Amino acid sequence: MLSILRTLWTVLLHTFRKRATVLYPEEKPSIPPRWRGRIILSRGPDGAERCVACYLCAVACPVDCISLQATEDEHGRRYPEFFRINFSRCIFCGFCEEACPTYAIQLTPDFEMCEYNRQSLVYEKEDLLISGPGKYHDYDFYRVAGLAIGGKDKGQAENEEPPVDVRGLMP
Amino acid sequence: MATIYIDNKPYEVKEGDNLLHACLSLGFDLPYFCWHPAMNSVGACRQCAVKQFRDENDTHGKIVMACMTPAADGTRISIDDPEANAFRAANIEWLMLNHPHDCPVCDEGGECHLQDMTVMTGHSYRRTRFKKRTHRNQHLGPFINHEMNRCIQCYRCVRFYRDYAGGRDFNVFACHHAVYFGRHEEGVLENEFSGNLVEVCPTGVFTDKTLKQHYVRKWDLQTAPSVCVHCGIGCNIMPGERHGDLLRVQNRFHSEVNGYFLCDRGRYGYDFVNCNDRIRRPRLRRATGGAHVSVAAEEALEGVANLLHFGARVIGIGSPRASLEANFALRSLVGPDNFFTGMSEKDLLMVRLMVDILVKGPARSPSLSDIAGSDAVFVLGEDLTNSAPMIALALRQSVRQRPMALAKKMHIPNWNDAAVREAMQNEKGPLFLATPCATKLEEVAAHAYHGAPDDIARLGFAVAHELDPEAPAVEGMAEQLMSLARVIAGDLGMAERPLVVSGQGCSCAAVIEAAANISRALHKKGKPAGLCFVVEECNTLGIGLMGGGSLEQAIAAARKGKADTVIILENDIFRRTDAASAEKLFAAAGEVISIDHLQNETTVRAGIVLPASTFAETGGTFVNNEGRAQRFFQVFVPEDEVMESWKWLRHMRDLTGLPQAEEWSGLDDLTSALCGAYPVFTGVKEAAPQADFRMIGRKIPRQPHRYSGRTALLADISVHEPKPPDDHDSPLSFSMEGYEGIPPSALIPRYWAGGWNSVQALNKFQEEVGGLLRGGNPGRRLIEPGKEYQEKYFGRAPGPFSRRQGEWLLMPLYHIFGSEELSSRAQAIAERSPVPYIALNAKDASELGVDGGGMIRLLLPDASYLLPVRITPSLPDGVAGVPAGIVPHLSGSGLPAWGRLKKGEGG
Amino acid sequence: MKEIIMSLLTVFGVLIAATTIAAGLIWLERRLLGLWQDRYGPNRVGPFGLLQVLADMIKIFSKEDWIPPFADKPVFIIAPAVIMFTVLMTFAVIPFTRAVHVVDMNIGLLFFLGMSSLGVYSVTLAGWASDSKYSLLGGLRAAAQMLSYEVYMGLSLMGVVMLSGSFNLREIVEAQKGLWFCIPQFLGFAVFLIAGVAETHRLPFDLPEAESELVAGFHSEYSGMKFGMFFVGEYLGITLISAMIATLFFGGWLGPVLPPIIWFLIKMFVFICFFILLRAALPRPRYDQLMSYGWKVLFPLSLLNLVVTGGILLAR
Repeated sequence: MLSILRTLWTVLLHTFRKRATVLYPEEKPSIPPRWRGRIILSRGPDGAERCVACYLCAVACPVDCISLQATEDEHGRRYPEFFRINFSRCIFCGFCEEACPTYAIQLTPDFEMCEYNRQSLVYEKEDLLISGPGKYHDYDFYRVAGLAIGGKDKGQAENEEPPVDVRGLMP
Repeated sequence: MATIYIDNKPYEVKEGDNLLHACLSLGFDLPYFCWHPAMNSVGACRQCAVKQFRDENDTHGKIVMACMTPAADGTRISIDDPEANAFRAANIEWLMLNHPHDCPVCDEGGECHLQDMTVMTGHSYRRTRFKKRTHRNQHLGPFINHEMNRCIQCYRCVRFYRDYAGGRDFNVFACHHAVYFGRHEEGVLENEFSGNLVEVCPTGVFTDKTLKQHYVRKWDLQTAPSVCVHCGIGCNIMPGERHGDLLRVQNRFHSEVNGYFLCDRGRYGYDFVNCNDRIRRPRLRRATGGAHVSVAAEEALEGVANLLHFGARVIGIGSPRASLEANFALRSLVGPDNFFTGMSEKDLLMVRLMVDILVKGPARSPSLSDIAGSDAVFVLGEDLTNSAPMIALALRQSVRQRPMALAKKMHIPNWNDAAVREAMQNEKGPLFLATPCATKLEEVAAHAYHGAPDDIARLGFAVAHELDPEAPAVEGMAEQLMSLARVIAGDLGMAERPLVVSGQGCSCAAVIEAAANISRALHKKGKPAGLCFVVEECNTLGIGLMGGGSLEQAIAAARKGKADTVIILENDIFRRTDAASAEKLFAAAGEVISIDHLQNETTVRAGIVLPASTFAETGGTFVNNEGRAQRFFQVFVPEDEVMESWKWLRHMRDLTGLPQAEEWSGLDDLTSALCGAYPVFTGVKEAAPQADFRMIGRKIPRQPHRYSGRTALLADISVHEPKPPDDHDSPLSFSMEGYEGIPPSALIPRYWAGGWNSVQALNKFQEEVGGLLRGGNPGRRLIEPGKEYQEKYFGRAPGPFSRRQGEWLLMPLYHIFGSEELSSRAQAIAERSPVPYIALNAKDASELGVDGGGMIRLLLPDASYLLPVRITPSLPDGVAGVPAGIVPHLSGSGLPAWGRLKKGEGG
Repeated sequence: MKEIIMSLLTVFGVLIAATTIAAGLIWLERRLLGLWQDRYGPNRVGPFGLLQVLADMIKIFSKEDWIPPFADKPVFIIAPAVIMFTVLMTFAVIPFTRAVHVVDMNIGLLFFLGMSSLGVYSVTLAGWASDSKYSLLGGLRAAAQMLSYEVYMGLSLMGVVMLSGSFNLREIVEAQKGLWFCIPQFLGFAVFLIAGVAETHRLPFDLPEAESELVAGFHSEYSGMKFGMFFVGEYLGITLISAMIATLFFGGWLGPVLPPIIWFLIKMFVFICFFILLRAALPRPRYDQLMSYGWKVLFPLSLLNLVVTGGILLAR
């Protein structure tokens, strides 16, 4: 009985507390950088597209709202021919970002993306691709991967020995 | 049977197998790399370590390699032993030391055996601080992509390429940690089975280059069980589709037909489905002689309706590359008397002869696994490497059968591959070849004879006579040949499972008769001889069983005015007869309707062209060279107005307005009608479950459960996702929802099991690893040898070949890449196709005054060709070879024929 | 004639005032809950979000008024009307001031008890007519709960009746001129307050609704304005119980300086806010706890109150 009265009193005291509500949109909330908002595709430190079209974001997506097609440039660097996110299906779970092995796909603190027309929520690669590296500044997948691409030959990646000379006889 | 104890539980296994084989067959997850069910054990990778105990009191045990340890009765092992686990984890860690960090851009990712095994052993973090070894890659031709960094040195590739498939231009180089698998220099991989490296390699060193051009992951492919259409063997395949394009073909295991492997034509020929020559909308000429215009299906059918009015005289020309159901639909539409097989007279005669021999003769047509198990083989007139590559691959295994006895004598188990090969050295079993010119299979042959078809037939008759004096003798044989015939007869007569191979390759009935005589003589001696006939196309035998007139008869009927309208089903008649005869058909027929999927001369000439679906867009049944009816299923729904041939024919039948005995509401109705019309096709219905088949009330999904992008794939067109298409013709669905477990063997759309994402998941679909699929192999054999056959031999051997003055006998020379109609439209195959040429031996060439590279004019009664000369020393005098199906307008079916040769202008 | 017009005006005035207060309570409750939970509550529509009520009304009037095909249609329609009717009828006997009242009945208190008993029919019939398992359970709970708590509610008021010697509410108020009955009848007040919460099935005693277990209990199947009537009926009930507490225990309109009607409204609103505070602070008990609390605690307490009050009166 006493506890009930104490509860009532405690709750009543809340009358004089400061309110936690942020009055959006007059007042803009401060959103942490790892907020899961609008998805973007970032570029590497050298300005080249980070996405290598590995399809892992697409398969991780629980609502199957990511679709892409891989293609390659003449030097064997793989990138997406198209990259489409249907934001009208997206649940902003961030699984795509977790699955991405190259930090290409990232969720941003932007959440103001309402539309009157659902079709306008289908974002293509040109809508998604930004010109910077996003949250992760220095990572470049192709610099660590063993694959040779234009401007990076075999053995030139990080932590790699020069290519083996198959005809060499040295032990 | 033997009882072995795994982690103290008893299991029954086959005595003499190795432990890895036994464990995997029992369903255990034991990691491995170098072992392959078709290539057995070498113990190279050290991954399948288990702990073996002496007896139940032994607690210490010792680590052994499961693949190198026989499963003897009472063997006690532990898979879960902590030490064995640690050993396997450490081994993977070592293998991964130099494995590059590139799974995201590796085509094997998601179906990688190395990934699966790494996850299975629990290794996840590279602890070494040292640098990674790198390798330069090689350009290996249009089929295979090379990325040597990923190699884990399991040696599977060389073992397959050199030991299994007999390739020479691929090997392992260098030493210690730098071993390199590739060619001695960059260049196209020559072997016809190089594509299997993609599936054999446990990681991404060898990947499918054609898939790379439009790469998607395994989990995004819509797949269905299908059958290869590029030769008569009917290998089981699994084509995969996404975005409306066929993206790749993978092997679908069938223990009796193709086993684990495919030839490169079958694997890479699929691209014709996507080619620009596809007919995607109906076309017709609005005015006679006018140009084709693309029209809607309704308008085209309206045009057809005008031609099919009551009383119209319609004939139908079927096709050996169309399914049984489509051919039967055409036959029902036009009536049995007006149905023609679409094969040339020559081909049809031979197919009928072969069918007759198989149905009435004593010899059983062997499956590919039977062929591989034969211990003495005689091939008459077939260049198998090019006309039926998988038979050649099987024969390469068959020559090991007799020497295998040596290994057995030394108590080496069959699965101990390296030891068996060491014991055998270069011993080869008896394989005799008799062909017009040298073939690749001669590398492993005991003896190869080159001669004109008549001479090949004479040799065959002589062999039969040697085996059974009652068989007709051959007059005037040279002593040298007689002694060869004696040797062949001796070896065949001594063998336990002899085999005779022949076929359409020589276009010579006498050769086939000779083969039949040999098999008959062997049967008389009590030998269960097999008789394998090679046929050219995927349903040649099926339409041979169905019957119907030849193409020449169809042309004659048209010229007699019996055809107001000709319906040509999936057939390019310009490939089957000479241009002049084909033109006669178009001249005589009032109107020609062509139902086909690729632009060809027939469709160009036809008045109305209806877009048919390819094998990947339709279902049906093919009968392979062995007489096995195999069902293939639709992989994807084609875009535009492409429709299954039988549906076009159903529309036509509806347009006639005549009352019909049976309704064709689905493919199954057509199959049932077919079974009703022909007793021989009764088995067709049992080749696969019917459309109403369900697994616990559910259909079998064509898409894997991880299929991605459903809500975004078509979102650029409309954000509202369309309903997946229905499939009324099969128990498979075009969706990712459905039964998740193992379906009946004929309906397996892909291999996947928990923890096994690579093709090696197949282990879980087999009753025993390398053995039957669960529930038995798919397909039904329609032909079994007659129980009561006449002890009658085929008549007389032909006279010896005699060359003519100024004229050469033109033989068709088959090429694995280029000779077949459909695959030659695939880009990668086209890159490997030869350019037109004429082959002569050096003596004949100098007689004509040309040498290699010079030009020769070939004069036929109604055509002439200018062709460069290729010197082929093995060709007999007076015989010239032209590549089959490659020289435009020179149809393979028209050959052999006599032609005059002249030194060409500018040659 | 003038009398008739005057009494008609009073009737309509009371009707409009009661429904307006009830509607306003929706806004008030949301704002107060917001306040006690450190939020704002509705603050977007109009000044202080006051027009939220209007917006909600437009919404609820324009919603589809759907009757499930499996429901017992006539009963389904009558049920929400019953609660509105009974509660509004009770307002007739409440003396807002000495002069302002609809009818000055000498059995006003009995009329109040009678009408609130009839209110049970509303929820019970609604639960039964919906023909849905959740609604039926809600209706059953409501019937048992309200019948039980009616007993102590009636008994708790007997002390007041004894002290004032009348069932006439105006006379009861006037009897409190010296001392509000909340002092001598504190036990009666406490029992009446708790029983009042249970009678209006407000939190924490909203077991007939219990959205976490019964979806929405007796009104699961209701939508549109029929649901709206239950909603308004509930707020009218709060207003009525608050008005009754003010009348019976806190001297009704009595008070210095300010005009009597203001005093009445102030007292009433304090109790309305208290009702809302209960909702903001207390969790819902289990159903068996509710019943045993009623019969094992409140019932003896109200009897004790009756006996003690009677004893003291007799002794005096």
